[in-house]
Amino acid sequence: MTIQRQSRLRELRRAAPFVLPFLLLFVVVYLVPTGYSVVQSFFAVKRSGLGLGGAEAVFAGLGNYVRVFQDGDFIASLGRVSFIGIIQVPVMLGIALILALLIDSSVSTGRKFFRVAYFVPYGLPGVIAALVWSFLYAPTLSPITGFFASIGVDVSFVTDGALPFSIANILTWAWTGYNTILIFAALQAIPEETMEAAALDGCSGWKAALLIKVPLIRPALLLTLVFSIIGTFQLYNEPATMKSVAPNLPSTYTPIMAALRSLSANDFNYAAAQSVVLGALICVLSVLVFRASARSVD
Amino acid sequence: MTAALQSPARTEPVAEPPSRRRPRAHPLTTVNPASRLFVLAVMTLFALYFLLPVWWLVVSATKGSGEIFSGNGFWFGESFALAENIQTLFQAQGGIYSRWLLNSLLYAVGGGIVSTLLASMCGYALAKFPFPGREAVFGTVLAAVLLPAPVLAIPLYLVFSFTGTINTFWAVFIPSIVSPFGVYLSRIYAASSIPDALLEAGRLDGAGEMRIFAMGVRLMAPAMVTIFLFQFVAIWTNFLLPSLMLADTSLQPVTVGLVGWRELQGYPISYTTVVTGAFVSVVPVVAMFLSLQSFWSKGLATGAVK
Repeated sequence: MTIQRQSRLRELRRAAPFVLPFLLLFVVVYLVPTGYSVVQSFFAVKRSGLGLGGAEAVFAGLGNYVRVFQDGDFIASLGRVSFIGIIQVPVMLGIALILALLIDSSVSTGRKFFRVAYFVPYGLPGVIAALVWSFLYAPTLSPITGFFASIGVDVSFVTDGALPFSIANILTWAWTGYNTILIFAALQAIPEETMEAAALDGCSGWKAALLIKVPLIRPALLLTLVFSIIGTFQLYNEPATMKSVAPNLPSTYTPIMAALRSLSANDFNYAAAQSVVLGALICVLSVLVFRASARSVD
Repeated sequence: MTAALQSPARTEPVAEPPSRRRPRAHPLTTVNPASRLFVLAVMTLFALYFLLPVWWLVVSATKGSGEIFSGNGFWFGESFALAENIQTLFQAQGGIYSRWLLNSLLYAVGGGIVSTLLASMCGYALAKFPFPGREAVFGTVLAAVLLPAPVLAIPLYLVFSFTGTINTFWAVFIPSIVSPFGVYLSRIYAASSIPDALLEAGRLDGAGEMRIFAMGVRLMAPAMVTIFLFQFVAIWTNFLLPSLMLADTSLQPVTVGLVGWRELQGYPISYTTVVTGAFVSVVPVVAMFLSLQSFWSKGLATGAVK
């Protein structure tokens, strides 16, 4: 017992210099801000008199949270990202899966070229990609709108109805290649013997791809699904950049934008409550996805 | 999209008979030319979709002023003005663009190096020292991978403004040097690539733990390059955090600066200058990807399979 204890202590002494620098910064950058926001979300600023007598923080209980769930703008922003996610994530992952299977299949020629070509948009910083698309979408400047106008078709990417799809297209464009590479990596890890055995049993080509490969790479597909859902809920760059071509885009278009607006209105406690709700929602969603898929395996 | 998914499946039975020519040798490699052509067409179509906007960016950066939105958007203009555009870019607003580039490099290279070092030290210890509380530390760090940076940006802003470090270099640099994903990746990698015998041999020779780690680092190098690359790209592409933290334009990275220019709606900074700025800002990331290509593809594979 004591010998075991001694060795545990020794391991702790050995590990400390390696773990502590990271852990200390981790606490500063992750745990403290999260904790601080949770605490702040329970307070509200009360101004005495006519707002001239200074402000003091008072405990507000769940007041900010009640406000979050009664906030029409915030609820609407959640609705928008859900709508974009429900359309965009399946389309993107479907394309990524098909492209990965095609690159992986023996049918494809020039697989190296296609791998790089699909991955190129990921190399563009997200906001730069949004910037490029803001030019491609701009009603009066767009080369695409110009092309359609020349053949007599009136196309606009920035009407209220088109905006979710325009934003979904930027996301699909930017992230499909990344997901393709992730799925392709998982496909490459399937042992060759498995596919040979399947072929001997008369299962090859697309049948083998759908019946054997896809179930085998379920963990990778799940990972891409969770990352994509998380990504949709933290949408910010694309709609924020789109504002320069779509002035009608509300400044509370996505939940992050809504929280930022509270921040710029000096409504700190409310911004904290909004980001806590958003963080909690994202955690719940990813746990739900993992559990749903674990059940489907059984 | 569904058509693309189903058509090859339908043509597959047609592909079966010819495969009998070489019986059971490579049933996967014999495909009829029609479906091969179809697959190639689908793949090319998607390649065009992914490459055309980038091509537009490259072409537009070479066009003379006023030409950018006239004529064919996807082909070169009448004059090839890339050099002039770059010159204008670096002279605009007293040459602030080079300042932004330098800031981005400082945040991304500096943050990348420090975060890689801290993460690989922590991952190494988590893999090699069975200390009490190890799994708790790893679990907490892993949970943080799922907490997205944009959601964290507002809490970070609240803390940094409380401590009065807002609008400083450190407000962007400190959050950049913590990489939970790096810890995750280096723990997996260290566990499989550094033999316990190396640690034992080092201790028998009386080497300190740091010296043994320095030897192990060579074995971990591929993972470390991957972490550095990911961190570099993440910091270089970060937009929300620096735009929130930095009001002072001379501290901003290139992403924030460019979006600021875009919002000026073409005056006094012309659209051509914004597009050229976007083009130039992509070059370092592309260079990084190309030079470290074999590392990131391996790293992605490790991250995806485990």
